Amino acid sequence: MDWIYEPWPWYVSGAAIALIMLLLLLVGKNFGMSSNLRTLCTICGADRKAEFFRFDWSAQKWNLIVVLGAIIGGFIASFLLTADPAVHINPNTVQGLQALGFESAGTAYLPSELYAMDVLTDPKSLLLLAIGGFLVGFGARYAGGCTSGHAISGLSNLQWPSLVAVIGFFAGGLFMIYVLFPLIFS
Amino acid sequence: MRTLSYLLIGIVFGITMFKSEAASWFRIYEMFKFDAFHMYGIIGTAVVLGVIIVAAIKKFKIKSFYGEPIVFEPKEKRFWGYALGGVLFGLGWALAGACPGPMFTLVGAGFLPILVVIAFAILGTFVYGLLRDKLPH
Repeated sequence: MDWIYEPWPWYVSGAAIALIMLLLLLVGKNFGMSSNLRTLCTICGADRKAEFFRFDWSAQKWNLIVVLGAIIGGFIASFLLTADPAVHINPNTVQGLQALGFESAGTAYLPSELYAMDVLTDPKSLLLLAIGGFLVGFGARYAGGCTSGHAISGLSNLQWPSLVAVIGFFAGGLFMIYVLFPLIFS
Repeated sequence: MRTLSYLLIGIVFGITMFKSEAASWFRIYEMFKFDAFHMYGIIGTAVVLGVIIVAAIKKFKIKSFYGEPIVFEPKEKRFWGYALGGVLFGLGWALAGACPGPMFTLVGAGFLPILVVIAFAILGTFVYGLLRDKLPH
């Protein structure tokens, strides 16, 4: 039964994501997570500031329940189904990350340099998390979807716009890692 | 009953995101470095199966569990919004190492600084809503 504590191989993970998309379609919904951020804006009162947030958010409640499930699932997976959370990435990647100052590469699930509790008092790490989050939220809505809505749902439905968005995701990610990371972390 | 189905699907999604390590900053970095097949395998498998699923639903006119037809809304035909928004999203994805699904999974996994990412993702969405009419789409 030790396998249950191991990370899932890519083919199991990919099939599970396709199954999640199928189940959502079968209950009459669509797989897309970033629209929840818009719903949360509306709940917080953004509908008083911009037309974009004026919609009946109760029709999106189901997706917030999926989010609640995703939180519970993260708890179950992390605390009940994982013995060693270290992510065994390519040793070359570990080396490259250590050169950038990420000492925790290869020994943790998330880099302690960005996600340990003490970053909450570290202005640089906080600023990076804030900028990263802002770009994810702004970019996802500008592009009309994120990894789930475009890369999975959109590509599965052979939508050209989703391919444009996914190519954009990669262009942005590559620029961040190859051009900006050496400037930010050194 | 429907609420319970959404919750269960969400739980399976959360477990999948964590156990696949797609919620790990390190896996995202490794993907952009082209140092492993892992993330490409995950997305590739999901898309190949997804294409088959969507095609089958359309061909056999499969209905939802509640007897309603399953409809696929085509994405609007435009370019700049997808391209520019996509690039901005990618910059944030690589920096924060989390996209809008896994960031919630990481809350459950106990990484509380991810709440900063979520708060600013909501703020980013809000600012987009304010600027929407001024941006090229």
